[in-house]
Amino acid sequence: MNENFNVSSSPHIRDRIKTGNIMLMVVIALLPATAFGIWNFRHESAWILVVVTTAAAVLSEYIYEKLMKKPITINDFSAVVTGLLLALNLPPTLPWWMGALGAAFAIIVVKQLFGGLGQNFMNPALAARCFLLICFAGQMTYFVYDGVTGPTPLAELKAGQAVNTMDMLMGNIRGTIGETSVIAIMIGAMFLLLMGVIDLRIPGSYIVSFVVFITIFGGHGFDPQYITAHLCGGGLMLGAWFMATDYVTSPITGSGKIIYGICMGLLTGLFRLFGGSAEGVSYAIIISNLLVPLIEKATLPKPFGKGGEK
Amino acid sequence: MRLLTFKGGIHPDDGKRFSKDRPVHRLLPEGELVYPLSQHIGAPANPLVKKGDHVLKGQIIASAGGYVSAPVHASVSGTVKGLEQRFSPSGTKTECIVVENDGHYEEAEYEPVKPLAEMTREEILDRIGDSGIVGMGGAGFPTRVKLSPKEPEKIDYIIANCAECEPYITADYRRMLENTDELISGMRVVLSLFPNAKGIFAVEDNKKDCIEKLKAAVSDEPKMSVERLAAKYPQGAERQLIYVVTRRAINSSMLPADAGCIVDNVETLINIHYAVVEGRPLTERVVTVSGDDIAAPGNFMVPLGISHEELIKAAGGFIDQPQKLISGGPMMGFAMVTADSPVTKTSSSILAFKEDAVAKSQETACINCARCVEVCPSRIIPSRLADLALRHDEDGFVAMNGLECVECGSCSYVCPAKRLLKQAIGSMRKTALANKRKK
Repeated sequence: MNENFNVSSSPHIRDRIKTGNIMLMVVIALLPATAFGIWNFRHESAWILVVVTTAAAVLSEYIYEKLMKKPITINDFSAVVTGLLLALNLPPTLPWWMGALGAAFAIIVVKQLFGGLGQNFMNPALAARCFLLICFAGQMTYFVYDGVTGPTPLAELKAGQAVNTMDMLMGNIRGTIGETSVIAIMIGAMFLLLMGVIDLRIPGSYIVSFVVFITIFGGHGFDPQYITAHLCGGGLMLGAWFMATDYVTSPITGSGKIIYGICMGLLTGLFRLFGGSAEGVSYAIIISNLLVPLIEKATLPKPFGKGGEK
Repeated sequence: MRLLTFKGGIHPDDGKRFSKDRPVHRLLPEGELVYPLSQHIGAPANPLVKKGDHVLKGQIIASAGGYVSAPVHASVSGTVKGLEQRFSPSGTKTECIVVENDGHYEEAEYEPVKPLAEMTREEILDRIGDSGIVGMGGAGFPTRVKLSPKEPEKIDYIIANCAECEPYITADYRRMLENTDELISGMRVVLSLFPNAKGIFAVEDNKKDCIEKLKAAVSDEPKMSVERLAAKYPQGAERQLIYVVTRRAINSSMLPADAGCIVDNVETLINIHYAVVEGRPLTERVVTVSGDDIAAPGNFMVPLGISHEELIKAAGGFIDQPQKLISGGPMMGFAMVTADSPVTKTSSSILAFKEDAVAKSQETACINCARCVEVCPSRIIPSRLADLALRHDEDGFVAMNGLECVECGSCSYVCPAKRLLKQAIGSMRKTALANKRKK
């Protein structure tokens, strides 16, 4: 009976959930939007771009870690999440090699050069999307639906044209692969909420503050159709539920999450209403990412016994 | 009846099903008995016996080594084998008195007791102190000192910590069911020291039978009541317990008495009854033996000093070779190097697990998921504090309120990256506290 036993510091039990499980749940949650996007843009063969971009992200991580003689971390699914999110943020007609280039940029420049998982200060998928927007402005803003080229509903809205909100909910509109169907996005978001992977603080404060902003400055007052068009016509839903909630690039403090959401809501409104482009979600999120350390510093919670118990 | 709770906390598998329905079984020791001189916080006790001395059960064998200290009593009759260095349950070698059991259980003669009403405050406190009672939930703080705050009239609540929030342990649960009267009597003794205090039994909601039984028992006790707490770890942590019962919050630089509270564990209160009402010192306690590698888990009344090996044997032994043996609960207990160590005043349980969850999980990078922040009962930021600790940034650690940590381990439990958060924070906290004392 006197064989030696394992010795370690308490606690001696662990919850079952691991980083890989969380990332896998995010991948599962993205499947409705991915499947819809692939079907919706079947004429453009969007599936090739989705597969290549995701594979490129995983491969970039593997090759970089192999070359740098670091432990291989592709099993944690975080590169899959980055690659898939980037693909869902690309127009379906984008040449596949641009998707692959973006994925490599996301993984190597934005994530690995800053120290790998958990160390990047900007959402890798969004930073890569902005990188591609700058490099390939034409292809990145070329949108097509059912073989017809044209502006996205947001651009039409900005130009003062009428838009069909029902089509936006369903996703029968021009846009990036994953952003068009609000219903598909919300199915995934509900799954993440139910599984406790995300909570309402970030997406809730983001959406509410954005609605308040466009109600005041949009020139339409509280017009439900105008607001719905803004919420469903661009990347806001995909951004608010899947990109803004990225753990690594959002504040760790509870009240910080709400302030961060408000920052994104205001910046998105500012860019969409007063900026040169119709869209503004990507830039709003990555700029807010940069504010995270400041937000955390300002929202350091009071500990128990010093006011924090309530 | 409202359900009391606090912010944060976790819901691990409580594992109490293994042993909760096993009544307390009295165990007589076979081998030698080992009594560490330091089973409490404070100065070690001074040995009063030498090799070859004959001792009786209940005889004092080491006297308190100072004000914050506690005496040690023999739990059997027999012959002193000497003073030896032995393993304590926490894994360090410590000075122990070893007694060879003669199997007669001859008991020492105790000073007769007076009725509680006729005893002075000092007499009651001396009884408690001389009986060697310390906080038996695990902290081991000498009870006499705890019950002697500067201004006794400012104590409003005596809280009986009946939460038993550590998974697996059912010793207090059995005590509440089987020794309800002694528990109430112990509370009565403590209340007699504090003219303005109410006695509150704070029980977790997963022990409904205890709540019912205690409620019935306090129905004719005007100064006592029972409160129902949400079943959640660490509900029994002193600061959280005081807060849920009184809505008064204390931080690391305060004592419960600063919030008008004194918290005592179930086993402690029952032993206060034995000491003051029955006049016999602390020589035994209830210990739970459980875990998925114990053949017949149960609760045992054992003499202090008995070897954990005997206790495990009494519970049917191991099913397989366990990877981990824990003294205390799985959240805050000590991983034992060997089963060849004695039960002490603070041993509430011994747990054997086939698999070591800690060895099985590999530490990966923090993904900033904030799960540790959500569960932290001290409302601090474990992941950042662990980073500061690993960088040896003591000033940063203190500035981020690292000293407020109660080392409950909830952060390490939930971390999906399996980081050893509590370990890093705990060791930096010890360093920082030591340096603070130097200043």
